[in-house]
Amino acid sequence: MGILEVKDVNKRFGGLQALGNVNLSVAENTCHAIIGPNGAGKSTLLNCLVGKLIPDTGSVMFDGQSVLGRTPFEINQMGISRVFQTPEIFGDLTVMENMLIPCFAKRDGSFALHGIRSVMSEAELRDQAEHMLEEVNMIDKRDMHSASMSRGDKRRLEMAMCLVQKPKLLLLDEPTAGMARADTNNTIDLLKEIKEKRNITIAIIEHDMHVVFSLAERITVLAQGTPLVEDTPENIKGHPKVKEAYLGEAA
Amino acid sequence: MFGLNKKDASLLLIVAVLVAFAPFLLNPFPEGSAMAQFNAGYPDLMQRFVIFGIFAIGFNILFGLTGYLSFGHAAFLGVGSYAAVWMFKLLSMNVLPAIVLAVITAGIFALIIGYVSLRRSGIYFSILTLAFAQMSFALAYSVLTPITGGETGLQLALDDPRILGSATTAEGNIPVPGLFGLEMRDSVELMMGSWVFTFNLGYYFCAIIMLIAFYLSIRIFRSPFGMMLRAIKSNQQRLNYTGLNPRPYTLAAFVISGMYAGLAGGLMASMDPLAGAERMFWTASGEVVLMTILGGVGTLIGPVLGAGMIKYMENIISKINSDILHGWFAFLPDGLEDLVVTMIYPFIGKGWHLTLGIVFMLVVIFLPGGLVEGGQRLAKLFGRKKADNPKSASTEPAE
Amino acid sequence: MDAIILQILNGLDKGSAYALIALGLTLIFGTLGVVNFAHGALFMIGAFCAVTLSRLLSLSHEVAIPGEVDFLGNPATRDVPYVFDIFGEALGSSIIDWAVPLSILFAIPIMILVGVIMERGLIKHFYKRPHADQILVTFGLAIVLQEIIKYYYGANPIPTPAPAAFTGSFDFGALIGFEPNTIIYPYWRLVYFAFAAVVIGAVFAFLQFTTFGMVVRAGMADRETVGLLGINIDKRFTIMFGLAAAVAGLAGVMYTPINSPNYHMGMDFLVLSFVVVVVGGMGSLPGAVLAGFLLGILESFASMREVIDIIPGINQVIIYLVAIVILLTRPRGLMGRKGVMED
Repeated sequence: MGILEVKDVNKRFGGLQALGNVNLSVAENTCHAIIGPNGAGKSTLLNCLVGKLIPDTGSVMFDGQSVLGRTPFEINQMGISRVFQTPEIFGDLTVMENMLIPCFAKRDGSFALHGIRSVMSEAELRDQAEHMLEEVNMIDKRDMHSASMSRGDKRRLEMAMCLVQKPKLLLLDEPTAGMARADTNNTIDLLKEIKEKRNITIAIIEHDMHVVFSLAERITVLAQGTPLVEDTPENIKGHPKVKEAYLGEAA
Repeated sequence: MFGLNKKDASLLLIVAVLVAFAPFLLNPFPEGSAMAQFNAGYPDLMQRFVIFGIFAIGFNILFGLTGYLSFGHAAFLGVGSYAAVWMFKLLSMNVLPAIVLAVITAGIFALIIGYVSLRRSGIYFSILTLAFAQMSFALAYSVLTPITGGETGLQLALDDPRILGSATTAEGNIPVPGLFGLEMRDSVELMMGSWVFTFNLGYYFCAIIMLIAFYLSIRIFRSPFGMMLRAIKSNQQRLNYTGLNPRPYTLAAFVISGMYAGLAGGLMASMDPLAGAERMFWTASGEVVLMTILGGVGTLIGPVLGAGMIKYMENIISKINSDILHGWFAFLPDGLEDLVVTMIYPFIGKGWHLTLGIVFMLVVIFLPGGLVEGGQRLAKLFGRKKADNPKSASTEPAE
Repeated sequence: MDAIILQILNGLDKGSAYALIALGLTLIFGTLGVVNFAHGALFMIGAFCAVTLSRLLSLSHEVAIPGEVDFLGNPATRDVPYVFDIFGEALGSSIIDWAVPLSILFAIPIMILVGVIMERGLIKHFYKRPHADQILVTFGLAIVLQEIIKYYYGANPIPTPAPAAFTGSFDFGALIGFEPNTIIYPYWRLVYFAFAAVVIGAVFAFLQFTTFGMVVRAGMADRETVGLLGINIDKRFTIMFGLAAAVAGLAGVMYTPINSPNYHMGMDFLVLSFVVVVVGGMGSLPGAVLAGFLLGILESFASMREVIDIIPGINQVIIYLVAIVILLTRPRGLMGRKGVMED
């Protein structure tokens, strides 16, 4: 029984069957990649996991509880954090403030009236945030206006914001899309480090095979809204069906 | 000090000093001089400065932090005024219960209107708040006349019950609002040479409340709550996926700013115990938007500056007439004098709204951060000049 | 039945004005993506075009009346409008009488010019700024425009009558087979409705059947793609702004006999027109027209004595109430498109 269990999920947009009978099981403390050609339904599946879309039929269980019908913030409170394709951070706030917000969300839940106590007085949360910033090598940028940072730094900040919440499941939506090779390699290293250091389950949607094969322990190949095959990276590499559906397209 | 950092504490201190010495600062010109009409140190006007300051501070908590532009905030001010006047009619002329009821009533109103309006964002939110405010105005003007006094407004009468106070004074007049025996209209005049300074109890009462309101707004700005509100303005999607529910945060901000508006309305009624529906009209809501933008939206001191600036302009510019203009430009040759006066004339007196509109447009176009940004730019400009000087000095051999 | 028809008719003139203003607002929002709070001011300027023209036409000079003296013994004079000198007395007086309809010709170029200046001079610079900034700057502009009008024309409403041929009312009920004197309707209101219908029809036809209109519609749907096709969309959008200004102006011109123009009429109509746009669906032209008439007629029904007796004050709040209900149940309005202003 995996931490995330997707059963018979279907989703239609008008005449288009975006997801057809998707079954997926992500085991705890593994890195599970979902790959597939454009339009295979990867993003739709992801949106069904985080509460942005509701599947027409089927069930999505996380940690023994259904996520269906819950809002994104409720699902986050259950322990799923999401990194977006283009980094979504609080651009008007400083790096430190960006880090503090998930800390507050983790400690106080989805809404808390903190009265008129100052942010400055929250020593414990500030420590947590600073620790995390040190871990991702961004402590020197703590007072920077986050919108003025480079894309790579924004990505790292977003990742740090997710990790500081100690999620049970980290969802990554093409974390290296549009990145230069060097940045991609940095991101891979960062993710590897995260995996080694923490007990965390990672589900990653990715286009870049290099990233997938350096990180994933299990791979699900999605084509036209249906899982084609699920296996270890070694077996996926040589799988004829996958070659036909995906790698063949790239070749 | 008071849980503020050094910068905020000194800001609060500066505002407190300015407010305390306003009767001097706003009366720089001697009585009877040609410039005396620019004096703003009379109680009525000074009260309005601080009351509208409170209104704008509250509005800024909503608009400045969350970015939700309400076009109906005057409704809460109006509700606060009505509630306060009713308290004067039914309970007593003490301003404290009146103000407390004004704040609570406005808060409840804001809770209802905010709960509905905040289901939409952007321009839809603006239109919803506008619709609610216009509805309140229309109802106050017509159907609710028994509660609001309709067109004539809600006024005190000799036969009001006032169960905790006296219905009439010993002389048989309607009593005036006060605080445990002190009357709001009590004033002390200080003559210094040809200067006259007026210290009015009502003004100082409002000023103290404004300082408390200002202090609370600083605390809100610096609190985790304020940070969440800024996060809502910055990226609601990220906030959602960080496990936070934006709705109750915005609703709390809406209710708090509605209570500030109610407080302002209650104080307005405490200074002059009547309330009319026109306080709820949408142009009144527009005015507080102007104040906040003009001063600097999202800044601490901006709304206070903006409120002061607009109320000053309203009172001073609208008082200038063509005779005064002719007086000023009398040194010019006749033809030129007439020309200059004709050119300035549309902008003064009744035309002060034109000046306001133009100033407002210029601020939105060139100075989106308002007066505060203007001040910062000036400071930078002079700061750079200062910084340049040591540089030029440093070309000389070092010691 | 006759009462219902009467209320529908009564709602038509206000509904026409709402529809025309809302149409322009939607055109501007749909093409330029700008929320124009100064649109009511354009309606008001249109009305004052009519005031100006009727004043210009009535300009007169003194002419001595031969053989008569006043009580002081000076030669008696009378005022003769200049138009009498040019066109003769008979034609001249009917020109003065027809000042309001004639103002249409006078107002179109002026309104287009005002619109283009507004767009090029100010609004162009706000395309990339947030909607809140656009609202604020056009709100400021609206204040400035109305104060300028107030300075030159004063604060009091200026009665501007319809041509004599259209003053008074007629028995509409008798025309369609009801008892005489059940449905009495003023001529000019019918003219106003017909005029609005023609203008709305013309705008839709223009957008539907001309290449220019096609490009604009394509631009409303997807600005970037149309820009990539190498079509200079900005220039066309400027012209659209002029057109929207002209529509609002014409609505104002013809409205003068119904309601004497004053400097704040623009703001009064703007608030309601915005409600109309939102109810119709931001960015939907048919929605704007539909909602305009719908709310105008609803307002008139709510003003019926029978209705007010049941729900007092409903006539004052009906439009806002409908707007609130619609916004909460159909966030995109009656005919709104997906993805417009939903951030």
